[in-house]
Amino acid sequence: MHISPVLWQFLVKWLTHSALFPPEASTIAPYADALYFFLLLITVVGLALVCVLVFGFSIRYRKEKHPVAVPIEGSTLLEATWTIIPLALFLIVFVWGALLYFRIYNPPTNAMNIYIVGKQWMWKAEHPGGQHEINMLHVPAGRDVQLTMISQDVFHSYSIPDFRVKREVIPGRYSTVWFNATTPGTYHIFCTQYCGTNHSAMIGEVTVLSPDDYQKWTQSSTSGMSLAQNGERLFASMGCNACHSGSAAARGPNLAGVYGSKLQLTGGSQVQVNEAYLRDAILNPSQHITAGYAPIMPTYQGQISEDGLIDLVEYIKSMQTNYRVQQTLTTSESNQAAPTTPGVVKP
Amino acid sequence: MDNATVTTHPHTHETAVPAEHEHVMLPQHRHHFETQEQQREAGTFGMWLFLLTEIMFFGGLFFAYLLYRNWYNPAFVAASNQLSIPLGAANTAILITSGFFMALGVWAAEVKKKNLLVIFLILTTLFGLAFLGVKYFEYKEKWELHHIPGASFDVSQFINPQAYGLKEKPLAPDMAQKTQVFFFLYFAMTGMHALHMIIGIVLLFWLTWRANRGEFSAGYVAPIENFGLYWHFVDIVWLFLFPLLYLINRHPV
Amino acid sequence: MSATSSTILNLPDQATATLPKRNYINNEHGLLSWLLTGDHKRIAMMYLMSITLFFFIGGFFAGAIRLELLTPQSDLMSSDTYNKVFSMHGIVMIFLFLVPSVPATIGNFLIPIMVGAKDLAFPKINLLSWYLYWFGGLVTLGALVLGGVDTGWTFTTPLSTHYLNTHVVTAATGVFILGFSSIFTGLNFIVTIHRMRAPGMTWFRLPLFCWSNYAASILMVLGTPVLAITLVLVALERLVGIGVFDPNKGGDPLLFQHLFWFYSHPAVYIMILPGMGVISEVISTFSRKRVFGYTAVAFSSVAIALFGFFVWAHHMFIMGVSNYSALVFSLLTMLVAVPSAIKIFNWAFTLQKGSITFETPMLYAFGFMGLFTIGGLTGVFLGSLGMDIHLTETYFIVAHFHFVMVGGMLMAFLAGVHFWWPKMTGRMYPESLSKLAAVTTFIGFNLTFLPQFILGYLGMPRRYAAYPPEYQVLNVLSTAGATVLGVGYMLPLLYLAWSLKYGAIAGNNPWQATGLEWQIQSPPLTENFIEIPVVDHEAYDYEWLEHKTAHEVTTVG
Repeated sequence: MHISPVLWQFLVKWLTHSALFPPEASTIAPYADALYFFLLLITVVGLALVCVLVFGFSIRYRKEKHPVAVPIEGSTLLEATWTIIPLALFLIVFVWGALLYFRIYNPPTNAMNIYIVGKQWMWKAEHPGGQHEINMLHVPAGRDVQLTMISQDVFHSYSIPDFRVKREVIPGRYSTVWFNATTPGTYHIFCTQYCGTNHSAMIGEVTVLSPDDYQKWTQSSTSGMSLAQNGERLFASMGCNACHSGSAAARGPNLAGVYGSKLQLTGGSQVQVNEAYLRDAILNPSQHITAGYAPIMPTYQGQISEDGLIDLVEYIKSMQTNYRVQQTLTTSESNQAAPTTPGVVKP
Repeated sequence: MDNATVTTHPHTHETAVPAEHEHVMLPQHRHHFETQEQQREAGTFGMWLFLLTEIMFFGGLFFAYLLYRNWYNPAFVAASNQLSIPLGAANTAILITSGFFMALGVWAAEVKKKNLLVIFLILTTLFGLAFLGVKYFEYKEKWELHHIPGASFDVSQFINPQAYGLKEKPLAPDMAQKTQVFFFLYFAMTGMHALHMIIGIVLLFWLTWRANRGEFSAGYVAPIENFGLYWHFVDIVWLFLFPLLYLINRHPV
Repeated sequence: MSATSSTILNLPDQATATLPKRNYINNEHGLLSWLLTGDHKRIAMMYLMSITLFFFIGGFFAGAIRLELLTPQSDLMSSDTYNKVFSMHGIVMIFLFLVPSVPATIGNFLIPIMVGAKDLAFPKINLLSWYLYWFGGLVTLGALVLGGVDTGWTFTTPLSTHYLNTHVVTAATGVFILGFSSIFTGLNFIVTIHRMRAPGMTWFRLPLFCWSNYAASILMVLGTPVLAITLVLVALERLVGIGVFDPNKGGDPLLFQHLFWFYSHPAVYIMILPGMGVISEVISTFSRKRVFGYTAVAFSSVAIALFGFFVWAHHMFIMGVSNYSALVFSLLTMLVAVPSAIKIFNWAFTLQKGSITFETPMLYAFGFMGLFTIGGLTGVFLGSLGMDIHLTETYFIVAHFHFVMVGGMLMAFLAGVHFWWPKMTGRMYPESLSKLAAVTTFIGFNLTFLPQFILGYLGMPRRYAAYPPEYQVLNVLSTAGATVLGVGYMLPLLYLAWSLKYGAIAGNNPWQATGLEWQIQSPPLTENFIEIPVVDHEAYDYEWLEHKTAHEVTTVG
């Protein structure tokens, strides 16, 4: 970081082209590589030191040249030296590594979000605009991209080595990672947590596009319905609109604008409403009752897939007013009110 | 080699030590030990170490309990209140009494009273069996109520306690599902405890038979002492299990 | 042996030398006298043969892995088979070889003698430990024969509990039983070292080998039971369907990770500490002086054991542990690295002003020092949070642990086997051939595992049967190295067996070492000592040895 940028570029380019070193394709990659080179330096110096000592002493004091050993008890000064210096170096590494870790795992606030659902043995990427990809991921260069990830079955791990990011993808809870890709191109995606038979086949490609190309791609690959729109459908069809209608006397709290707010729960605790909270509240409602409401929400555990949950979460995130909720409520209420003629398929 | 030693010579049993120690070796003396004292101390130390491993073994279950009780407190409260305090308390008293008789047995061995030793060992065993008997009834009741975790687990009693004549508050369905976690821990922890008791009772039968032949009333008390340690450990585990499993949030309703 | 020769080896005159008339090997005859023995030395030799067998089984699996990885495609075997192969490689190598290697063979043989006792505290439990080893080993092999297990040695849930239909419970049962074998060995060592030291043998006169094994035994006794209960829970979840690790039933898969790694991290110290003990003995003997900073090395062993219990979540940095716990565990990981560094420097400085010779055990010890330095320092890479994100779950991890386990532990084991071979068998191994094997192993090892560091940084994941083609060159290098390594390991098997019949007679103290084991005959008597020694000298006291040699009368057993 503080060595000449020219030298750095030369070094990295040479390494990359020799196929011994991965390209630096994200903004965080140089920081990770800098730490790596520091660690390599410590290792090489440490190893050299040990080798010099061992070879030096064993040649200088070999039996032919030094037939009588001289007993030495020890030296507190030496002990202190080789305790404190390694400790100091390791602590530097600790602080540096911790800073890097926080950088990689704390996404910037305005990062665009893409959902990743991992399952044996494929990666599904779901863009908010409704683009769905399998084993591929298209992202724009130069923008902060956050991945919100969950597994449908076992532990997986989403790894993009050229970006220097990786995170475990866990069943039952969201995990996130973010990056900012610098250079258009294609890069490997690997699943790095052993997940069964086709673990080695659970690979893919992330395609980094220039902002214009990315724009073109989003337009050409959308399925027509954004995630939020899917979520709106689910919200109605699963009956959420009945209690969360947004009216004053509603049985469930108003969800418009709830994402990102601080919510007061019964029992006095306060929570920040994020994706994980929303997902959990749908599956384990009794632990997430808003203050002032009765604990009557049924659980949807086992009734919605992770994809469906993502759709609902996206919908609630996007909800600014309850207008659409009321609309769907009216539709479904009128559907229920009208008597059905046997055999007639409802529009 | 310099032989200014204070150890006993293994082959002749002679000793240069002033006669504070017994210098007649017991027939159970093992020849890799220099003194009877050393053998006894090593045996006791070994048993304490083994009990330490048992603490770590149960520790895993206690850790899981800690986590899930914290996460699913309402479910744990409701499920715990299902357990019978009278039966649990009775079992606690039974096990403490059993431990008391074991301690008396150790004393009887040390003062070389064979018949008392045998009686106390038998009483220890009987109370141990009584404990297991009560546990059997408790498990049977759980079976009948479909509270054994697995495919046949039934939460209706927690969703709608009124219908079962219980004064509990009803649980939301998703929280009611979590009672299965409590019951799993209940069966795992008391089951593991019961397994250790069964092993202990089998050992008690064997020790009683040997005690009856006079093996432990002539100065060689190590097996009785060390088994006593084991039995008291099993007792102490129960003393932790009882409040943690049976007494969560018990208020007069 | 002259003052100007380049070896300290001092063998008796081969024209007249014989093995002692009475020793622990010929004391009693018949298979049952071995199978029902209480003699720690016989049990140690039986363990040695057993772990050698399992080592070659694990090595066979390693060979299969490297053969598959010659090509990018999964073409040698189906991916299911490959998954079973690497799982069995890990399970066999860790639980059936590395964990018992030094303690159950060299430790069993030497600890009673080193403390000046006639046997371990509980000989019958020692024998039970060996039978449990075989019982567990057979159950584990049973899992293999029945069709294999493909969970990886880490049994990760929910894969192992709900998503596999292979023999998970059988393998878990095998490992459970092996755990008890380990616990009983450790228990025996702790009681022996505490209670059965000879008169005058204070704690700080003990050889450092005893300190290291003592520290490892604490880990065995306290850590292994947690693995036991974890495996029980996995088995119950599979068999009964309770949801202790299943998020759909309210369970937490991360709970498994915590419980599993709570044992499995201390396990790596269980594996390395006894090896470090061997290095202390070897470096001291072939430098002819006391280990530099005896107290520091002794306390470092205990410090590693203690700190080793508090770093387990460094295997879980990317799994969703909170940022704050990640910080704590990373910091503690840095702390646990320091005692190992202290030891390396202490050993290096033992060489200063010594009188150094380069017999085979010393070559292995030098190999250990270099390779363990690399392995240990790459551990610091992984303990550093941000670096771990990129490196974890890749071949960097594979390279790291093979450096410490194979470059470190296995080399230390071989150093120990060669060093104490004359004591255990009464025979010397052929020196030139053994030096060749040591060098071959060293070269083969580096060729196998150095490329894997590069592969790891490139991003190649571990446990992959197929990989992108650009990684092939490095993989081919690695496999080539593995072939050389295999040859290096076959050689000792052959020449050590040969030496049992044709090796030179070793005599009591071929290395002219201090230590109580070198003051008795080779092979030792069943009861080790004719009279229990009274210890009045420090460990590694070469002046005492000189004085004694000048005055002693050799007795034959």
